[in-house]
Amino acid sequence: MIRENITTMQGFRTHLLQTDKYKTNTLVLKMKAPLSKETVTLRALLPYVWQSGTSNYPSMKALRTYLDELYGATLNVDLAKKGEYHIITIRLDIANEKFLKEQPALLDKAIELLSEIVFHPALENGRFVNQIVEQEKRTLKQRIQSVYDDKMRYANLRLIEEMCKNEPYALHVNGQLEDVERITPDRLFAYYEKALQEDEIDLYIIGDIDETSTLEIVESYFQMPKRSARAQKKRHVQQKVMTNVREVVEKQDVKQGKLNIGYRTHITYDDDNYYALQVFNGIFGGFSHSKLFINVREKASLAYYAASRLESHKGLLMVMSGIEPANYKKAVQIIHDQMKAMKQGDFTDEEMVQTKAVIRNQLLETLDTPRGLVEVLYHNIVSERKRPIDEWLARTDEVSREDVVRVANQIELDTIYFLTGMEEAK
Amino acid sequence: MEKIVYEQLQEQLYYEKMPNSLDVYILPKKAFNKTYATFTTKYGSVDNQFVPRGKTEMKRVPDGIAHFLEHKLFEKEDGDVFQQFSKQGASANAFTSFTRTAYLFSSTANVEKNLETLIDFVQTPYFSDQTVEKEKGIIGQEIRMYDDNPDWRLYFGLIESMYHNHPVKIDIAGTVESIADITKELLYECYETFYHPSNMLLFIVGPVDERAIMEQIRNNQIKKTFPEASAIQRFVYNEPEEVAKKKHIIPMHVQTSKCLIGVKAQNVRQKGKEKLKHELVMNVLLDYLFGKSSPHYERLYQLGLIDETFAYDYTEEEQFGFALVGGDTSDPERLAEEMKQIILSFDDSVLTNEDLERVKKKKIGAFLRSLNSPEYIANQFTRYAFHEMSLFDVVPMLESITADDIAEVANECFNERQLAVCQVVPKEERK
Repeated sequence: MIRENITTMQGFRTHLLQTDKYKTNTLVLKMKAPLSKETVTLRALLPYVWQSGTSNYPSMKALRTYLDELYGATLNVDLAKKGEYHIITIRLDIANEKFLKEQPALLDKAIELLSEIVFHPALENGRFVNQIVEQEKRTLKQRIQSVYDDKMRYANLRLIEEMCKNEPYALHVNGQLEDVERITPDRLFAYYEKALQEDEIDLYIIGDIDETSTLEIVESYFQMPKRSARAQKKRHVQQKVMTNVREVVEKQDVKQGKLNIGYRTHITYDDDNYYALQVFNGIFGGFSHSKLFINVREKASLAYYAASRLESHKGLLMVMSGIEPANYKKAVQIIHDQMKAMKQGDFTDEEMVQTKAVIRNQLLETLDTPRGLVEVLYHNIVSERKRPIDEWLARTDEVSREDVVRVANQIELDTIYFLTGMEEAK
Repeated sequence: MEKIVYEQLQEQLYYEKMPNSLDVYILPKKAFNKTYATFTTKYGSVDNQFVPRGKTEMKRVPDGIAHFLEHKLFEKEDGDVFQQFSKQGASANAFTSFTRTAYLFSSTANVEKNLETLIDFVQTPYFSDQTVEKEKGIIGQEIRMYDDNPDWRLYFGLIESMYHNHPVKIDIAGTVESIADITKELLYECYETFYHPSNMLLFIVGPVDERAIMEQIRNNQIKKTFPEASAIQRFVYNEPEEVAKKKHIIPMHVQTSKCLIGVKAQNVRQKGKEKLKHELVMNVLLDYLFGKSSPHYERLYQLGLIDETFAYDYTEEEQFGFALVGGDTSDPERLAEEMKQIILSFDDSVLTNEDLERVKKKKIGAFLRSLNSPEYIANQFTRYAFHEMSLFDVVPMLESITADDIAEVANECFNERQLAVCQVVPKEERK
């Protein structure tokens, strides 16, 4: 269904995905390292410094002008937490010249540019440019603070903070505000060299490409520094020993209350129960036919959104809903009732069939976008467990009602977090 | 069935007008897993005054009713259509904009069944007093969610400042108070007026056999009866050229301030190639002034006045057009002043050919990228078609833009009285 051609090169892997679906070619570079307090803020800053200038295009304006000339190639970077790993992603998307009147060799130029961004950043005196670092430090602070103004994201972040206290997963993906000021061009450059030595690096290229010549181009531009042979050891996520369920209520000047509930599933992506967990989540809260949507929204009319999602590499299940502050107890009770129903096997065969059909559809649709395709395949790298798409589909189909009930009974409630309005303070 | 070939883009589009006047388009995309279909009516939040079908007098309906109707159309006597779609492995959704309401599904299996479900549920309304009441609670929470969203408040705060009379300034969902007045009779009246096939467009994109799909739609439509097509009379609002309010400040519980400047466009072309050109020219102009490779962007970024949230956008429909520029900022006053200066001091004589060509190249690349997305194709094709334009004319039209075109639009729009500013600022803490 998907042919992924993986080639191990000096210090990294190249994954080629040949397809004629798209009018552009997409390059995605992923760099993976353990989440840790010491490096989280440095990593959060690094790719933003990269995209502010290279040796040949030493300012943001010069680099962006060049991207415009390459028929508006897009360049963006982001960070993600996958389990207890911190992943840097750089994406470069460029028109496929076969749809243009003129036919410049755009893919070659894109690969060259991506390698330049990572391996030949703009430097002064052998380290990053002070002005760029200072500018990006300021932007990073704003990025960290901005979560506070988006209450949905904020509530989710606060739940994770409370739930995973003392676990690396509680660290924020964009780093810690108090660490930003201390970063200097020297320290960042030292970390950059370390990351090139130690990160696990994967390059994905998706589009209507010629595999042989593309690999040659990659090989000629991606000159990785010699690396110590030491392979990254697989990191097992920390499992908390459950004690009491915690309830955290926070008050702010908001009109709608945000209810976020966290559970431990004790099941991660590399687990055999993973498919059953997906089906569980689909029946419980993943879709618009799920118990949460039907009972919290459609029947009780308490919310516009009520859903659940999984963090697959950490083993968490999170429920989220936006409700009237006065309806807090009612909503929590309905959600508890749905979980209880799941544990007791109180769902129909039809719900099983429906959920499997929707999961299958969702996966196939995800594969239709270059970004989605890479994210699905990258699970295999993070979990070190290769799950071909066909296996995904077949194993999901095989999940039985007993499997779902078994998984449901493994799930433990951890923390209830509620962000509510000031009026309730009375 | 008519076949339209786009050589350069390597796409083939199929079109047929059904006997009941419904426009149907099919764009086969063999390499994709998913089929995406939208069924859209030219009816949105701004259509709040019109002559109901079969009547002669203009009628004002409650704000938010188009969006309310969108929600309610999913509910039938025997349950919820979402359920039906998910049983068939599809994911369904809908959205209401200023001028359109679209119903859609995407699926990688059972495409014929899902298409039948889509067409039938949209063409079979069922509203009851009880379900209408229940929906008020759900939509009430949707409105509350947006009330707490500073970006949404900023966006509507600015539009509200720009317009005196036009209902584009009213939130698409209405207010908790306005939706309280919605009844099932009103919903039926709006439905009968705007959901006639002659006011709708069906678009299907995906790995489909165009002949079989067109045949299926033909058979489906022939079985249904509709009243004779007749033109819809919508109220035309009289809107002054200048903005209603030059500045609007919204204190909220935020840490970072936000600032947007709005440009109220004049001489918005109603339809066709003229309109396509007008909106593309405005987009090119904004890109030239505020894109990441522009000198202004670099300067504002280095001054610490903007960050990655900085963005610009141009919205144009039949009766209105406005550009928005801005984002999060450490100094909303200074940013407003800087943006105003950039807009008002724009001098077309310094625009070089090289600059123009670069922006055009960027736009062409972006257009190709957007064609990777079936969602984009279906939704945008529909929007263009409702204005008698074609999505697939974008590249040739971009190529034809000259510096004179840019100067003309800038002269029409870049005037002080057409500018408004909206800011969200941190609220003073109460003790």
